[in-house]
Amino acid sequence: MNRGRVGEPGSTLLGSRIHWRAWAMVGALLVIWLVLALATQGTFLLPRNLSLLARQMAVTSILATGMVLVIVAGQIDLSVGALAGLLGAVAALFAVKLGWPTPLAVLLAPLCGAALGAGQGALVARLRIPPFIVTLGGMLLFQGTLLGLTRGVSIAPPRDFLEIGQAYLPRPAGWVLGGLLALFLLGLALRGPRPTPARGVGLALLTLGFVATLNAYEGVPMPVLIVLLLAAGLAFIADRTPFGRHLYAIGGNREAAHYAGIAIETRVVQVFTLMGALAGIAGVVLTARVGAATSDAGRMMELDAIAAAVIGGTSLLGGQGRVFGALLGALVMASLDNGMSLLNTEAFWQPILKGAILVAAVAVDMAGRRRD
Amino acid sequence: MSELSSQGRPTGKASPLLELRRIAKSFPGVRALDGVSFDLRPGEIHALCGENGAGKSTLIKVLCGYFPHGTFSGEIRLRGAEMRFRGLRAAEEQGIALIAQELALVPKLSVAENLLLGREPLRHGIIDRGALRASAVRALTRVGLEVDPDAPVEELGIGQQQMVEIARALEKRATILVLDEPTAALADRDAGRLFDLLRELRRGGVSSVYISHRLEEVLPLADRVTVLRDGRTVATAVGPSRDEVIRWMVGRDVRDLYPRAPRPGGDRAPVPLLSVRGLGLELERGPGVHRAPLCEVDFDLAGGEVLGVAGLMGAGRTALLSCLYGVARGHVQGTIALAGEPPRAPYRAPAEAMEAGVALVSEDRKRYGLVPEASVRDNLTLSLLRRYAQRGVLREEEREADCRRQVESLRLRTPHLAASVGRLSGGNQQKVLLGRALLRQPRVLLLDEPTRGIDVGAKAEIYQLIAELAAGGLGVVIVSSDLPELLGLSHRLLVLNGGRISARLESDATPESVLAAATARVA
Repeated sequence: MNRGRVGEPGSTLLGSRIHWRAWAMVGALLVIWLVLALATQGTFLLPRNLSLLARQMAVTSILATGMVLVIVAGQIDLSVGALAGLLGAVAALFAVKLGWPTPLAVLLAPLCGAALGAGQGALVARLRIPPFIVTLGGMLLFQGTLLGLTRGVSIAPPRDFLEIGQAYLPRPAGWVLGGLLALFLLGLALRGPRPTPARGVGLALLTLGFVATLNAYEGVPMPVLIVLLLAAGLAFIADRTPFGRHLYAIGGNREAAHYAGIAIETRVVQVFTLMGALAGIAGVVLTARVGAATSDAGRMMELDAIAAAVIGGTSLLGGQGRVFGALLGALVMASLDNGMSLLNTEAFWQPILKGAILVAAVAVDMAGRRRD
Repeated sequence: MSELSSQGRPTGKASPLLELRRIAKSFPGVRALDGVSFDLRPGEIHALCGENGAGKSTLIKVLCGYFPHGTFSGEIRLRGAEMRFRGLRAAEEQGIALIAQELALVPKLSVAENLLLGREPLRHGIIDRGALRASAVRALTRVGLEVDPDAPVEELGIGQQQMVEIARALEKRATILVLDEPTAALADRDAGRLFDLLRELRRGGVSSVYISHRLEEVLPLADRVTVLRDGRTVATAVGPSRDEVIRWMVGRDVRDLYPRAPRPGGDRAPVPLLSVRGLGLELERGPGVHRAPLCEVDFDLAGGEVLGVAGLMGAGRTALLSCLYGVARGHVQGTIALAGEPPRAPYRAPAEAMEAGVALVSEDRKRYGLVPEASVRDNLTLSLLRRYAQRGVLREEEREADCRRQVESLRLRTPHLAASVGRLSGGNQQKVLLGRALLRQPRVLLLDEPTRGIDVGAKAEIYQLIAELAAGGLGVVIVSSDLPELLGLSHRLLVLNGGRISARLESDATPESVLAAATARVA
C-alpha cells in the first residue's frame, strides 16, 4: 500500500477479473465457432454466412446493449421485444397506409418508443411499481396492440424502408470507415499515460479483418453499421456521462446514490426512455430486415436481449455490466442459432442449447467471482 | 466441554486449544498475511488488535474456514490435530463459530426460528414447534437473554440480536467464538452485558478470539493480546497497557490524538453560520404508535466551530443529522437558516442540502455511502458528477485531477483511482466518503460516527483533517459514541436525551458530566 499515491492499474484484482471474464467469453466463442466450422465443413466461416450471422444478431444486439444499462441501474425491461415488434409495425403502417415519407415514418418509431418507455419508467420510479410487473404488463399491452393494428396481416414497407435492413455499405465506404475506426482504436491505445500498443494493434487488425470479411461478401450490412454506432454511443454514455455513472451507482447501492444527491427517479425514467427509443430502432431494423411487419414480431426477443446482456457479464443484481460485453453475448447466441440452422438441426434444439449456455455462462462467472 | 474446564483457567503453560502456524496468504498485489502465528488456550479470551489492513480479517477468515484449505500456506491445529477446513461449515462442525460484524440473522423470522435455523427439530418431517421453542428457551437462558422466543428478530435491539447470534453459536456446541468488532454498533450498556457473557462463557471453557478497535474495552477483558501489523505478529502479551498496544499497532507513538482547531474568534460571530430552531421529527404512525425521535432542538453553529453531539443510542443523534441533510423519513418540523439567510423549512432531499452547502458523512458507510463495486474515482465524485459534465460529457482530466488532489490531501491509500472501493480498508473507505463530501466544498459538514470501525492511525489522520477544515472556516457537527474523541475534538457539546437537548456543555466538559446528561431520566 503506498501512502497518498496513485499507481498503475492493470495489476489489480478488478482489472484482472475483467480480463479473465472477457478472455473466457472470447475463448468460449472461439470454441463454439471451431466446433461449428468443423461440423459444417467450413461453411460456417464463409464470408456469406458470417455476413448473415452479423445481420441475424443485429436486432437482439440493439436491444441487449440498451438492456445492459437498464439492468446496471438495477431495473429490468421485459417489454422490449413486444415494443420493438409494435413500433416496427407502426413505422411500416405510417409509411404504407398514410404515405409518410420513409425518414419521417422511421423516426416515429424511436420517438414513440421513448414516450412509451418514459411512461413505463414513470410507473416504476414515481408509483414504485416493480419494473418486472410494469414491463410484463407493457409486454402484453404492446403484443395486443400489435395484433389489433395488423389484424394478423403482414405489412410490407416500401423499398427505401427495406434498405435499412437489407442494404450494404459500398465496399470503398466500408474500407474508409473501417480504416478510420482502426486508426482511432490505435490512437486511443497509444494515447494517455499507459499506452497499450499490443492491444491497439490487435483491435485495429480485428477491425480491418471484420471489414475484409464483410466486403468479401456484399459489404458491411446496414444493420451491422447501426448496431456498431449505437453500441459505441451507449458505451460512451455508460462510461463518460453523469447519466451513465449514476446508473452504475444506483444499481450498485441505491441508498448511497440517494445520499449522494442523485435524482434516482429521474435517472430511472431516463433509462427506460432510452430503452424505449432503442426498441423503436430495433423494431425498424427488424421490419426492414425481415421485409414485413408481422403480428408476432419481436416475440421473446426481450429474453434474448436479457440473456445476451447476462452472458456478456452484466449482473442482474445491478451495478455491473458492459455494453460491448452484450455484443459478445448476442454473438454467442446468434452463432448457435445460425450454426444449428446450417446443420439442419431440428428447431427444438435451439432454445434448449441456448438455455444451457445461458446458465453455464453465469455459472462460470459466479465460480470466477467466488475464486476472487 | 468438561474435559476443557478441568484444565482450569489458562496458565502460562496450558497447551493450546487452537494453533495457527506460519499462516501466509496473498492477494494479487498484497501480501495480507506474512507468516502469522497465533494460539488460543482453552477458556481464554484472546484479543486480536491491529490497524485496518494489518491482516486481522484475513486471519480470522483463515481460522473460520472462509478461505478453505489450500488457499493459504501454513497450518491450523485444533487440539493438536491438523485441520483442513473446506469451508465455514467444516470449521463450525469443529466448534469454531464466527460472530461477524454484520449480523447473520433473518429479520422476519422469530428468535426461536433463527436460533435453530437449518437444524429445526422435526417430527415426521414437520417442524416440531414445541421442541423448537424448548430448545430456544434453553439457548436463551444460556446467554441470559430475556426475550420472547416468538418475537421477530427485527424487533430486538442490536445488542440483543448479537446475544441471539452467540446463543445460536453455543447451540451448535461452539467452543471457540470468533467475534469481529462485536461492539461496533452497541451502546455501552449492551457492550457491558456482552463482556459479562464472554467472561461467564470463559468459566465454562469457551474460548473467544476478540477483535476490536476499542482498546479501552478490549484490554480489561482479554487474558492475552496479540497485535498484528502489516501481516505479521508484532507481539503477544499478557495485560499490556493501552499505550504499548497502540505503539505496537502503529509502530510509533500516537501523541496528540486530538488536535483541536483554534476556537473561532474570541467573541462569537454576530451571525451564526447555521441556525437551527425547533427542529423535530415525528415518525409516520408506526404499528399504532406515534414516535418523536427528535423534539424542539435549537442550536447555532459558527463558522470554524466543531460542535459535538453526544447521547446514547436512540437519543436522536442520527435523527438530528438526518433532518439537517434531508434524509429523515417522517414529518420534519422547525426551521434552519444558513449564514444569515432567512429561516426556511429543513431540506427535503440530499440534493437540496448539498446545493445549500450542507454535506453529510453517514454512520453506515456500507449502506448509505459506498457503491462497493464502483471505482474510487466514481465514489469520490458521485455527488458532483454533473459539475464535471460539459454538454453531458464528463471532462475526465479535470475529474482525475480533483481525485488526485483528494487522494493527496486525505492521504488516501489506494492502489489507483480505478480500484473498486470495496477493496479498500475501512479507514480508506471513510476517507473516500469524506473526500466526496469535501469536493462539494460545503459550508457545514455533518459527521456521523466518522471513525467507527477504523484503525488508530486513520483516526488520527481524520482528527487532524477535521481540525484543519474547521480552522479553514468550515462548521462541523460531529456525532460520536466515542466520548474521549468527542470531547477531544469539539469546541462545544450538545447532549441529546430522549430526542431533546438535555445539556449544552463547553469544551471543559468531562466524560462524567456528559454521561450524566445523557443518561438522566427525562420527563
